[in-house]
Amino acid sequence: MQAFIDQLIQEGAFAGVPREVVYAIAMVLTALIVLSVFVAPLAGVTSWLERRVWARMQSRIGPNRVGPQGVLQWLADGIKNLLKEDLIPAAADAKLFSLAPYVVFMGFLCTFVVIPFGANLIVADLNIGILYILAVTSLVVVGILMAGWASNNKWSLLGGMRSAAQIVSYEIPAGLALLNVVFLAGTMSMQGIIKAQGWAPWDWFLFNNPFIFAAFFLYFTAALAEGNRTPFDIPEAESELVAGYVTEYSGMRFLFFFFAEWGNLYVIGAVATTLFLGGWQVPPLPIFDNNPLLLGIAQFVTFFVKAYMWVFVAMWVRATLPRVRVDQLMALCWKYMVPLSFICLLGTIGFMFMPENLHRVISAATLGFAVAVMVVFLVRVVFQIRNAKPELYLKPHI
Amino acid sequence: MNDTAPASTGFYTEDMTISVGPQHPSTHGVLRFVVKTDGEVISEAIPDVGYLHRSIEKIGEKVTYHGYVPYTDRADYLAAMFANQAFCLAAERLAGIEVTRRGEFCRVIACELNRIASHLISVGTFGQDIGAMTPFVHALRERETINNLMEEICGARLTYNYIRIGGVGYDILPETCTRIEAFLHHFEPIVDEFNRLLSGNKIFIERLAGVAVVSKEDAFSYNLVGPNLRGSGVKWDIRRDIPYSIYPELEFEVPIGTAHVGVLGDSFDRYWVRIREMQESCKIVRQCLSMMPKGPAIAKVPRKFRPPAGECYARVEAPRGDMGFYVVSDGSEYPYRVRIRTGSYTAMSIIDKLSKGIMVADLIALIGSLDVDAPEIDR
Repeated sequence: MQAFIDQLIQEGAFAGVPREVVYAIAMVLTALIVLSVFVAPLAGVTSWLERRVWARMQSRIGPNRVGPQGVLQWLADGIKNLLKEDLIPAAADAKLFSLAPYVVFMGFLCTFVVIPFGANLIVADLNIGILYILAVTSLVVVGILMAGWASNNKWSLLGGMRSAAQIVSYEIPAGLALLNVVFLAGTMSMQGIIKAQGWAPWDWFLFNNPFIFAAFFLYFTAALAEGNRTPFDIPEAESELVAGYVTEYSGMRFLFFFFAEWGNLYVIGAVATTLFLGGWQVPPLPIFDNNPLLLGIAQFVTFFVKAYMWVFVAMWVRATLPRVRVDQLMALCWKYMVPLSFICLLGTIGFMFMPENLHRVISAATLGFAVAVMVVFLVRVVFQIRNAKPELYLKPHI
Repeated sequence: MNDTAPASTGFYTEDMTISVGPQHPSTHGVLRFVVKTDGEVISEAIPDVGYLHRSIEKIGEKVTYHGYVPYTDRADYLAAMFANQAFCLAAERLAGIEVTRRGEFCRVIACELNRIASHLISVGTFGQDIGAMTPFVHALRERETINNLMEEICGARLTYNYIRIGGVGYDILPETCTRIEAFLHHFEPIVDEFNRLLSGNKIFIERLAGVAVVSKEDAFSYNLVGPNLRGSGVKWDIRRDIPYSIYPELEFEVPIGTAHVGVLGDSFDRYWVRIREMQESCKIVRQCLSMMPKGPAIAKVPRKFRPPAGECYARVEAPRGDMGFYVVSDGSEYPYRVRIRTGSYTAMSIIDKLSKGIMVADLIALIGSLDVDAPEIDR
């Protein structure tokens, strides 16, 4: 997008207008387009999909009334929440209380600047891409802490404190895991990292060496914790803290927090896809040769599917696992994940100095291992599906 | 907690007092705890009871014996059958009425199905307290089938009013027996599935093993009953030790805590006892279905029921432990006094002791593992 604007300026499309003004207008327009065309429907549909997927896992039906299969449920919910009274508790710090949801939302929305949806579909290919993502997602913790403090509610305060401790701690293993990729790619730019990989799984960084394979799962776990997802949803643990830092919120402000949470799921998937799974890389088929539009669509779809797969995994984890306790959460981070991510980092550095042939063999072995795990997993899934007895679950009257 | 600060800074810390409940997602009804915490660590949790008091005992003095049975349903609406049975046992013993044999079998079948339903709620909500949402819905799904069966047996899904003085209100039909059999056939594998999903989960075990340990001595001195007592390794079950109804003829195990994953008497042991009790209940129902004799389901009991003056205390093993009805008769149509003894009320008292030094999340686990039930606490 930035390159596109630069090109337009070069061609003299905005003659007589200062460059800064053009950039400012372009920024606002881009933000509007990204927000209204992509982020809002994405977070909304994710909320609907999560409820549906979750419901099926729990032998329920889930929302299916608004639109086909209930796919417009998020619109109905959004309108309902917009029409609700904008309630600020009398004892709350009104300014901070109203500001907090937007800070959280900002922290999540800013990450979309550097997410590469396709080879040319990126708002700005910053040369510090990953660092930027780590930096702006830290804004979320400020917002949550603000919400927790400004609500003047003890549950909110506990939730806010828990969240601050959790997000700050888990940024370390997440950052260290991402550093593996930075070392391998030699760049922090998101497009640069994708270009350093190939379309085929054996060209992905995920299977580059066993250490980076482990680092991927460390990143995913840490990202779940940063996104307040089960099993790390202790800041809003509803059975302990009523609703945690959102206890006093209602209406649209309440929705903004969850908007950010569901949208953030996609960001987690997108970052994982960019860094480990080859991003938007598609096989160089002859059909793409003279058809840049088709290529763009193929790249977008590839990226979206890869990223959304991890959203689904996160939903699945949420439906399966209980919640850890706050001290166990901290122990997991500092006693296991931080040392492990350091080991991964050292291992990856070691592999960078390894002879080419040996490295290839180990990469192939890693890929083989991953494929074997997938096969075992699929066999297990098929076994479970075969042994399920739907007629017993679904008959209302046996 | 150090309330006095070094004079130089002027800063000091103090305990935070939080009111957990009466409206709180995991207090299972209207319970309230006044919790003093230092951050996440609880220094004191004082239970506050009485939010669901409905004067069920006093009502007992104002209605006839027959008329009181529906009120006993409400004493513990998750396990209404047991309160029915305990009151009817007391009334029958006062008047010297013999329950018909088929009536006894119907009672046991209904009670054990009710025990499964009640334990399903208990373990399901317990999973939810720990943060696992799916097992709760799965447990409710199974309970729904039991509710359907109960509806077939007695026409009600929650407050049954099924057990009457002298027997049961309605006979269990042969078709219903087949459906109960089918349910048991379906349910036993479901318990295993539930264990794979929840009980064997590493996070779940970590959250519960060694948390809120009740020693045998504590369990005795705080008068814990039922699964809470058995979780501490005490083999005490009214069905086995003070037999009533046809339980002496039936074969069943009394599961006790075995320090399965942690320390004897921890939260997991209490949970695990409930899971295994559901399996035992399935066995009991199966035996009853195969042994069921023919005959009337209820004995001839006069409509104007006037037991001779006297007093009686009848106990049954309810899902939340020893439930007792103490009934005093003065020879009139109305009981002179009814007193109900329930397991949850005494279980509440130990929370104060166990909560010192545990975390807020552990308090929720503790309340869930004791399976305290608001209507039963307050009556």
